[in-house]
Amino acid sequence: MRLGRVTPGAVAPARRMLLAATRKGSEPPGLGAPSPSGQWDSTLKIAIVDESPIRATILEDGLREAGFTQVERIADTRNLLARIYAIDPDVILIGLESPSRDMLEQMFQMSRAVRRPVAMFVDQSDRAAIQAAVDAGVSAYIVDGLKKERVTSILDLCISRFNAFARLQAELDHAKGALEERKVIDRAKGVLMKAKNLTEEQAYALLRKTAMNENKKIVEIAQSVLTAAELFQ
Amino acid sequence: MSRTRLRIGYIPLIDAAAVIVAVDCGFAAAEGLDVELVREVSWSNVRDKLNIGLFDAAHLLSPMAIASSLGIGHVRVPIIAPFNLGLNGNAITVLPRLYAALTEFADGDLADPKVSARSLARVVAQRKSCGADPLTFGMTFPFSNHNYQLRFWMAAGGVDPDEDVRLVVLPPPYMVESLASGHVDGFCVGAPWNSVAVDAGLGRILHFGCEIMARASEKVLAVREHWANENAALLSALIRALMRAAEFVDAPANREAVAATVACRLDVGAELVARTLAGNLKIAPDGATRDSDRYIIIGRDDASRPDPVQAAWLYAQIARWGQAPTSDELCALAQGVFRPDLYEAALGSKLAQHSNEPRDGIGAFVGPDFVPEDIAGHLATWHNRRDSRPKLSIVR
Repeated sequence: MRLGRVTPGAVAPARRMLLAATRKGSEPPGLGAPSPSGQWDSTLKIAIVDESPIRATILEDGLREAGFTQVERIADTRNLLARIYAIDPDVILIGLESPSRDMLEQMFQMSRAVRRPVAMFVDQSDRAAIQAAVDAGVSAYIVDGLKKERVTSILDLCISRFNAFARLQAELDHAKGALEERKVIDRAKGVLMKAKNLTEEQAYALLRKTAMNENKKIVEIAQSVLTAAELFQ
Repeated sequence: MSRTRLRIGYIPLIDAAAVIVAVDCGFAAAEGLDVELVREVSWSNVRDKLNIGLFDAAHLLSPMAIASSLGIGHVRVPIIAPFNLGLNGNAITVLPRLYAALTEFADGDLADPKVSARSLARVVAQRKSCGADPLTFGMTFPFSNHNYQLRFWMAAGGVDPDEDVRLVVLPPPYMVESLASGHVDGFCVGAPWNSVAVDAGLGRILHFGCEIMARASEKVLAVREHWANENAALLSALIRALMRAAEFVDAPANREAVAATVACRLDVGAELVARTLAGNLKIAPDGATRDSDRYIIIGRDDASRPDPVQAAWLYAQIARWGQAPTSDELCALAQGVFRPDLYEAALGSKLAQHSNEPRDGIGAFVGPDFVPEDIAGHLATWHNRRDSRPKLSIVR
């Protein structure tokens, strides 16, 4: 496994997300501005485009907990734009690992629908924040008119949910790995039991002793046993 | 000697061959570069990662480098192109049933894009008269030759690409599937995807991109202007490595080795890559083939030199379809994106060999010679030019 820059306690996420925000062009200027209490945030309509149902659920739950009531998921990216127009969201979340991201770029070309998201990258002073977001697997677009601070709160939420998902994934991978190792050791025990007429405990003890003598992991010795057994077949 | 680390992003397409070969066959290492090639899934990702510095350089759609530098469609980040990775390489593929319809309405040989464009106009008119859905064509990005070549071809026959058909962005790996599901009637995409559609018996190649324009800058090596200024020696070394790799790709004697190397990174068969590089493509499921030494040009005919005339042409397409206003100033900015000066600084001035090349540097199949000094005058010859932003994605 190749590791990128990994901060302590965080696992580089396998999947990456992009946050895009759009503004309804028909809105008169000023209407879209958030109220001082920040109430406006919860009325944002958010669409999640994600082929990973688990991550989409984690994100949706997080957004709902944070008070966003209008969250919709799009799992199938066929006719993606048509679906997005039907939902008419203010904010779109999409995985950076999804090739469908290029389809969204077409929205920025619209003349009639007049939804023209402007990238958050515009603000060069936000470089550090952007870098942190991309490292975590989230990248962001923001709209003319939609205040950046408003989107930033969603972004922060996505980053933390993403890292949570990545940790979950890493734990799952680890658990899967452990299960695989057990299978290899069990099979090696079987080979030894048959070949040397040992009990299960004796076979395991032999593997463990050999591993200690050779300063290797038990699973490595077990794998060598299996390889050797195949050769002798 | 310690080698300098570089991260280069690419999309798995055959026109990334020079980058792939530079890294995998040791040309980069010979220049003291330790390159990590990072495969990406979308052009948007490539652009954004280049913009924020996660990539030092990238394999990029030529019009995207210009769009980024002009700040259209996205944030303005000055990008420069000191090396041209490939000319041409696209093709227009259609469903067999659309091909049959085009044949029915053709007034000549469909291999002639003038004939096929007129025939398309008749098919479009017939569908309109019987209330059928407009034809849908896939292309890879709003700022791409795929978009512009489809539009140029259609408009030449009298089809308005914004009103008479639907153009939708599709990621290349989804093109073939979209053809199979009937979501699109045809598409314009780069290699290997047209051949994949033909091999699967789903599509028929109607035209090579080089039949629409004889010489079109397809992909460039893109770097941030700022990065280029800070890393001049490094960039020169990279250009030299790419030049050696491009010449290696072009030599027929190396074809097998190149095809194997590229196929490995693309997850396609080496034989298909070799066919593509040779410009010998199966165009129909029945096994018919078409040959062109212009199909894809890497490392010969001065293809590696970034040509400002190409940049001007791409800007003219951007302006023609309303993605940016028409102005001499913007055209000059676009031309400044292509940097033959850096190319020559790295390689020494090479005498251009244009024996077999179009006289205006482009060679479009219709229209007057391209004059980069007079974009407005050139665009005036295309009467359906629009001033507004294009409506290329109305799919309600």
